[in-house]
Amino acid sequence: MAALLEIAGLEVRFGPVRAVDGVSLEVAPGPFGLGLVGESGSGKTTIGRAVLRLVPAAAGQIRFDGADVAGLRGRGLREYRRSVQIVFQDPDNTLDPRMRIGAAIAEALAAHDVVPRRLAGERVRELLSETGLDPGFASRYPHQLSGGQRQRVAIARALSVQPRLLVLDEPTSALDVRAQARILELIGRLRAERRLAYLLITHNLAVVSELCEQTAVLYLGRLAESGPTAELLAAPAHPYTSALRSAVPEVTASARGTRIVLHGEPPDATRPPSGCVFHPRCPIAIGRCRTEVPALRAVAPGRQAACHRAEEVLAGAPMPTRLGTAIVPGETGATDAGP
Amino acid sequence: MSLDIAGLNVRFGARTVVDVDTLSVADAEIVGLAGESGSGKSMTTLAVLGLANTVGATVTGSIKLDGRELIGLPDKVLATVRGSQIAAIFQSPSMAFNPVFRVGHVAVRALRQHGLTSSEAAERMAQAMREVLLSPDLLHRYPSQLSGGQLQRVAIALAVALHAEVLLADEPTSALDVTVQAEVLELIRELRDRDGMSVLFISHDLAVVAELCDRVAVMQAGSIVEQGPVDQIMSAPRHPYTADLLRSVPSIARQG
Amino acid sequence: MIEIPEAAAPAPTPAQATAQRSRGWLRSNPLLAVGGALSALIVLVAVLAPLIAPDPGDAGSATHPFAVLKPPSAHHWFGTDQVGRDILSRVIYGARVSPLVALFVLLIACAVGIPLGVAAGYFGGWLDDVIMRLTDVVLAFPALLLALALAALLPPSLTSLTIAISATWWPWYTRLIRGQAASVAGRPYIESCRALGISRRRIIFRHILPNAITPLIVQVSLDVGGVILTASALSFLGLGAQDPTPDWGLMVSEGQTYFTTDWWVVTFPGLAILITAFAFNLLGDGLRDLLDPRRVILR
Repeated sequence: MAALLEIAGLEVRFGPVRAVDGVSLEVAPGPFGLGLVGESGSGKTTIGRAVLRLVPAAAGQIRFDGADVAGLRGRGLREYRRSVQIVFQDPDNTLDPRMRIGAAIAEALAAHDVVPRRLAGERVRELLSETGLDPGFASRYPHQLSGGQRQRVAIARALSVQPRLLVLDEPTSALDVRAQARILELIGRLRAERRLAYLLITHNLAVVSELCEQTAVLYLGRLAESGPTAELLAAPAHPYTSALRSAVPEVTASARGTRIVLHGEPPDATRPPSGCVFHPRCPIAIGRCRTEVPALRAVAPGRQAACHRAEEVLAGAPMPTRLGTAIVPGETGATDAGP
Repeated sequence: MSLDIAGLNVRFGARTVVDVDTLSVADAEIVGLAGESGSGKSMTTLAVLGLANTVGATVTGSIKLDGRELIGLPDKVLATVRGSQIAAIFQSPSMAFNPVFRVGHVAVRALRQHGLTSSEAAERMAQAMREVLLSPDLLHRYPSQLSGGQLQRVAIALAVALHAEVLLADEPTSALDVTVQAEVLELIRELRDRDGMSVLFISHDLAVVAELCDRVAVMQAGSIVEQGPVDQIMSAPRHPYTADLLRSVPSIARQG
Repeated sequence: MIEIPEAAAPAPTPAQATAQRSRGWLRSNPLLAVGGALSALIVLVAVLAPLIAPDPGDAGSATHPFAVLKPPSAHHWFGTDQVGRDILSRVIYGARVSPLVALFVLLIACAVGIPLGVAAGYFGGWLDDVIMRLTDVVLAFPALLLALALAALLPPSLTSLTIAISATWWPWYTRLIRGQAASVAGRPYIESCRALGISRRRIIFRHILPNAITPLIVQVSLDVGGVILTASALSFLGLGAQDPTPDWGLMVSEGQTYFTTDWWVVTFPGLAILITAFAFNLLGDGLRDLLDPRRVILR
């Protein structure tokens, strides 16, 4: 089956910084979920934006249904805007505060002539119900809704143009835990009902385990590893994935493994480390890691990793749970912290 | 040092936002206060720090620090208690530090306000930085030159330097990356083990509370609906709200 | 950020909220209510001038050689001026002059300033640079001096006055709108619009403009007073209204030679300027509070 979305060697630069440095991914036609996991500075949000053509690609290609996205113009571009939609992270600024909910959704419908004008009101109400909201909310303003409700409206608006691919950029990070659960439930339901394909961008591995067949882990703009989610979580092939997985807090004690505590912070993107970008924080780094950039390669059927010692990690090599207590003098400078 | 809250009521005019019967943090214990936004947990923090009146709230009840009643103490006395006996760290570490001053300068000023001389303050702060695994050189930087995780650790270092015995942590890791969060949580655990610090840890993330805390109190709409040892609450919640919260936490393990 | 928990009831719509706040507002902010009432009163006076002025003819070129410089009395509440005209009538008719000048100046300043500001803020890049340098140039001159120079070049009249002041006023609005527009343009909901394929035109008019314009509305009301004062200053210097126009600034100018002996010629028009500027200032303050749809009043 041909991929719905293909990202090949994508590079995105902001000035001297390589926010995305040679990433290749594939999203199959729906129902399908690809998880894009990483912390701040990983480039995951930038990839989402590049797919929507909100930021330009410096190199590489993005193909949708086989066609090069960057080359689309006029009608082709309009079609694309209908087929691919995005939901952002911040529910507070995701909707125009001066526009009623119903009008905001109707605006999306009108932009693509999805339904004749007179039927727009009805379609708006249908969409609100579909996302679990009271259709009466159409006359309200964004500030009259809770964060979780606003996020649902954003989803309804994105769905109104009947996209085939949805990019969800940290859709639950800014929400309370129960609202988070409900949004994730909604995404699962929409996936089944609409046969939706989505790119789920998050920093929380627990979220992808529920909703994505495939997952890709990013670190400083590069792919650390990718593969089927269940396998990746059960047996990581990259030390960063192991550390990330061990850092996810669990409610039940039995679910917790030994915590691998990484030393330091994600590095400054303007001064990336030499060789493998992860080596300063890696619990099992060896000499080679400092000098040679590991290539992304197949380490098992369907699984790729960019690590010189991937096979060992995959086989379950023990990792030091704490990287000593040595203080690195004058640690690297500021990065954007947070999801 | 223990913190004992009894009959705490915080209100804005006629509207009550906090109504806590009892909540205690014993010596060298980490107690979690779990709840969603609007539950009143942040107002509780403000009340303990004696700062609730600055936002216009009226506070009644009892908050005792090692048996000493804090409510009703004159501001001047509270100012000596704040920082040196009860320290606080918040969600946005960049808000704790004035962006136009170097972090070391802010820290030393705080220490001096509690009676130390400049050199004593500098020495203590450098020592504290080493304890939180940061190079004392970072004290010469401005807040914008440090990451969120580093700033949070500097804030904790300040609490250590002040020899605070109670730490109020209000969502200290919510804005941090998960690997950085793990490190900060580890640090808090060490403070309890090594220095006997009592910690009131406020968070909406039940999984973090489950991992870090000894006991937990679940808060909803201003009151505590359930409290007890963390393992007990997490495995056998008695209140439907707690059960609902637990059901909502995404877990890798559950899906396998 | 420490959250102060909001009330349990669902938040009202902006219109309801405005109505609610207006009622409470009147009670708790009497000064602002005074500003609004005064401004309305001044407008009313201007509109009804022919009906309330005791001697409408005096607002024009009538002269009364036998009633020159009479002090305030029952017959002439504000006294008479140097050619015998009733000052009260002239002050009343003056309400038509100064506020009208202010209205036109502000309209022109907005008509020029808003499009330039939106263009600079939304498009950025070289357009932003060009527009900002242009505003820098105009703003480099002290406003009054520039207005003065322009007014001196043109034949002295109210029209010249209006043009001169507008020319110095628009850059402030461009700056203001540009900042707001740039800020709004960076917000996620604008990116959502772009992602949805909504036309640039619609984005600017339906999303950027309404969200960028609130501070300008407040600024305009605050500026009414400022323009009136500037216009009065220029008229005082002889560069605006000309006799017999009952412009307050002009009246102050003409009356200054008599100040020590016949104080009323200068004082009443001067007070009119003061009160009008003050009234619109208060109104501007009140509008600023009222126009934020999310403001929660803590009691």
